[in-house]
Amino acid sequence: MSAPTVFDHPAARALSRRHRLRWWEPLPWILALAFYFMFPRYLGFGTELLIMVLFAISLDLALGYAGIVTLGHAAFFGAGAYTVGMLAHHGIWNEPISSLFIGAAVAAAIGLASGLVLLRTTGLTLLMLTLCTMALLEEAANLGHDWTGGFDGLTGISIPPLFGLFEFNPLFPKTQYLYVLGALLICFVFVRTLVYSPFGHSLTGIRENTLRMHAVGAPVRTRLVVCYTISAALAGIAGGIWAQANAYVNLSTLGLDRAATVLIILVLGGYGRLYGAFVGAVAYMALSHFLAKVYPTAWQLGLGFLLVTIALFARGGIIGLGETLMARLRPKLKPKPPS
Amino acid sequence: MTAALLETRSVSKSFGALRAARDVSFKLEEGARHALIGPNGAGKTTFINLLTGVLPPSSGEVLLKGEDITTMEQAARVKRGIARTFQINRLFRGLSVLENVYMSVAERVGAAPQMITPAGKRKDVIDESMHLLETLKLADHAHLTITGLPYGRQRLVELAIALGLKPVVLLLDEPAAGVPSAETHIILDAIDALPKSIGVLIIDHDMDLVFRFAKKITVLVRGAVFAEGTPKEIGANADVRAVYLGQATHG
Amino acid sequence: MIFTIENIASMVLGGVAAGMVLFIVSVGLSVTMGLMGFVNLAHGAFAMLGGYIIVLSMRHLGVGFIPALAIGFVMTAAVSIVFERVLYSRLYKAGELDQVLFTIGLAFVFIAALTVFIGPENQPLTLPPELRGQLDLGIVQYRTYSIFLIIVGVAIVIALWLGFERTRFGAQIRAAVDNRRMAESLGINIDRLFAITFGFGSGMAALGGGLGAEFLGLDPQYALKYLVFFLIVVAVGGAGSIVGVFCASLIIGVLDFVLKKYLPQGGTLFIYALTILLLLWRPQGLFGKPS
Ligand SMILES: Nc1ncnc2c1ncn2[C@@H]1O[C@H](COP(=O)(O)OP(=O)(O)OP(=O)(O)O)[C@@H](O)[C@H]1O
Ligand SMILES: [Mg+2]
Repeated sequence: MSAPTVFDHPAARALSRRHRLRWWEPLPWILALAFYFMFPRYLGFGTELLIMVLFAISLDLALGYAGIVTLGHAAFFGAGAYTVGMLAHHGIWNEPISSLFIGAAVAAAIGLASGLVLLRTTGLTLLMLTLCTMALLEEAANLGHDWTGGFDGLTGISIPPLFGLFEFNPLFPKTQYLYVLGALLICFVFVRTLVYSPFGHSLTGIRENTLRMHAVGAPVRTRLVVCYTISAALAGIAGGIWAQANAYVNLSTLGLDRAATVLIILVLGGYGRLYGAFVGAVAYMALSHFLAKVYPTAWQLGLGFLLVTIALFARGGIIGLGETLMARLRPKLKPKPPS
Repeated sequence: MTAALLETRSVSKSFGALRAARDVSFKLEEGARHALIGPNGAGKTTFINLLTGVLPPSSGEVLLKGEDITTMEQAARVKRGIARTFQINRLFRGLSVLENVYMSVAERVGAAPQMITPAGKRKDVIDESMHLLETLKLADHAHLTITGLPYGRQRLVELAIALGLKPVVLLLDEPAAGVPSAETHIILDAIDALPKSIGVLIIDHDMDLVFRFAKKITVLVRGAVFAEGTPKEIGANADVRAVYLGQATHG
Repeated sequence: MIFTIENIASMVLGGVAAGMVLFIVSVGLSVTMGLMGFVNLAHGAFAMLGGYIIVLSMRHLGVGFIPALAIGFVMTAAVSIVFERVLYSRLYKAGELDQVLFTIGLAFVFIAALTVFIGPENQPLTLPPELRGQLDLGIVQYRTYSIFLIIVGVAIVIALWLGFERTRFGAQIRAAVDNRRMAESLGINIDRLFAITFGFGSGMAALGGGLGAEFLGLDPQYALKYLVFFLIVVAVGGAGSIVGVFCASLIIGVLDFVLKKYLPQGGTLFIYALTILLLLWRPQGLFGKPS
């Protein structure tokens, strides 16, 4: 066989095309826009949902792709939220878009600093360290009363109009919804590019077999730290938007509850799959929105059974189940090797 | 006299009270086809771990072309041309065969840190990976996930990943274990096709393969070099027969 | 603040008593993590279950405190062995993420079930009269119950230590913690070992749940409320080490007690920071074996 025929091979073709846009990929965005026109009264809920999608995507990069099992991702969400909130509350800076960049930078700095030391460890130790780092930040936010508002948080954060044109506060959910959607789209395109790049491929390699990655000469720790930092920055953006959209910040942005919620959303949708964040957030937020307030105990019970079931039987989450189903339905569509 | 390609000077390694390597002084010359044999638990894999930097030695030195690399990190050694395979498969099990090999080729050509270009647009990497798979008769399986591959083929992917690094020193830890005997020639052929200057060290319990392949054999027993010589000398060495070959025929 | 002898003595006593409870709850978690490598975030749920059994059997069945503790131990151990055989054992080879999800889910189920069947309110523990009141120790007067906790804790750690070091079963556990494959090849029945150890650990947690209910409270949120503390104890002491858990429990118990008194604001922050520093210095904890 000579060189030009190599790309006829299905494996090579699949690899050289896997980053291309598939027909269904615009669907989530079309649905998000449809939601905007069809449910104007639920845009506040929609905003919250999109923020969680963004947060879950940031976690997917670290957990789903690089295999960093963290219980403390809310540390970065909270860092972004508090940065944006404190800057605005204390009258230092409140232009919305640049505030997000600052929030992302602060979260990234914390991600970099903690990642440099934490990512030397694995397993239980790493789990504990991520948990303790988050708890540490939460306590610090609780204690730094003068700056952070302590237990009560900061309320009444005022954000000037977006681009100087569009009123930006909870009374104008339309602006907020489109603003979040825009931010999500930009971040998503970035993450999608990243995971299909050789860098993203090597992150997958670290997840699949760290030892082998060392043996092929990859600077494993550097890659992990870079990934963790990027992931932290994205979580910081999600947190920053949350503070802007709600016009307040409090300790709920960096507690175990939020960290657990985003983890559940991601595994419910399916981690390491990019779109798991969307599916998981829609399923979780819709259920919790309508169930949790009316039947909080039943909600927790259901959630518990769901997690047990996912861990035991459906590790790919909803998307994984869908994939299995599709594979059962059309087994013949798999590429066959050339004879 | 020029420095050996890879050399150890009285390298030792202890795990608590167990001394898995004792004062091992060893040379792998340029172009060598060298075999390392010894009974189970002799410390062969440990020795490879010392050469590649997976484990730090308790004492002694490791040199590559005369340069002291004893404390060098694994990744840096790989960049200098040391590649290995694992006795127990260490593959990216959820990925396709092609994606597995892509991993090492991308690392070697410096594509791996790229964040913007899609992996699929590095045609050079894909191209090289596919050609490598062809030489190992794996092209037909390139699209399969590792988990769907027979064990013998997985062993070949092990080798393919190491070859993707275009090594100067190639350390093979029982590459043929688990490969059907009708297919072991694929491994030997692939090694034959490598540039002659590469130094190859092979560990195996299959004496046929060892004697077919090696120009030089080192016997390791309880962590220490027990004997060294040409296949002929080792084959004729009564002590070696007693501790190793005899045992192998019984087992 | 005044550092009188009475002050210091009462602080140490209070902290040590709290540390004992921490130890009794966490020791099972440590052994299961060290032995099976299982991240069991539902451990607090078993402690809670045991606490409920103990408190409720005293209240509704009129059982005495000590018999109630025994009932709590046995029932919780039995329940947990069923869980171990049927569910946990499927995840021994899975990654941490699956174990984390599974056990968080399990904790949620426990919380919801107790809320439904018993109610969301706190279940107070009624101590028998002879454990209430104060005891004169010569230097200080101190709460009888705290002294009782310390005695029980010391008795348990000695018993566990002897059991671990001197019995055949203990030797098997140590062998399996050190090298599981080796232990298996020596003919140790790993499945049985795991089940019994898990049951025993959960039983200990139940005791801790009951003994600590007096000052930790007992409501459905218990399962997750103190989990971080239990985990910190295990991580600091080193998974799989009984001596490690004991020391870590005492250190953290005393530290928490003292800090709460003199630094009600930043105490917890200090403990988290200390834990992080310690784990960075020794990832395997104070007494853990390096991996
Ligand atoms: N990381 C480790 N910690 C403790 N002991 C180890 C470690 N690695 C290897 N050993 C021990 O060192 C000794 C040598 O092991 P090694 O794997 O190097 O032998 P080997 O010659 O490769 O054997 P085999 O032919 O079975 O592959 C064995 O007794 C093994 O149990
Ligand atoms: Mg070996």
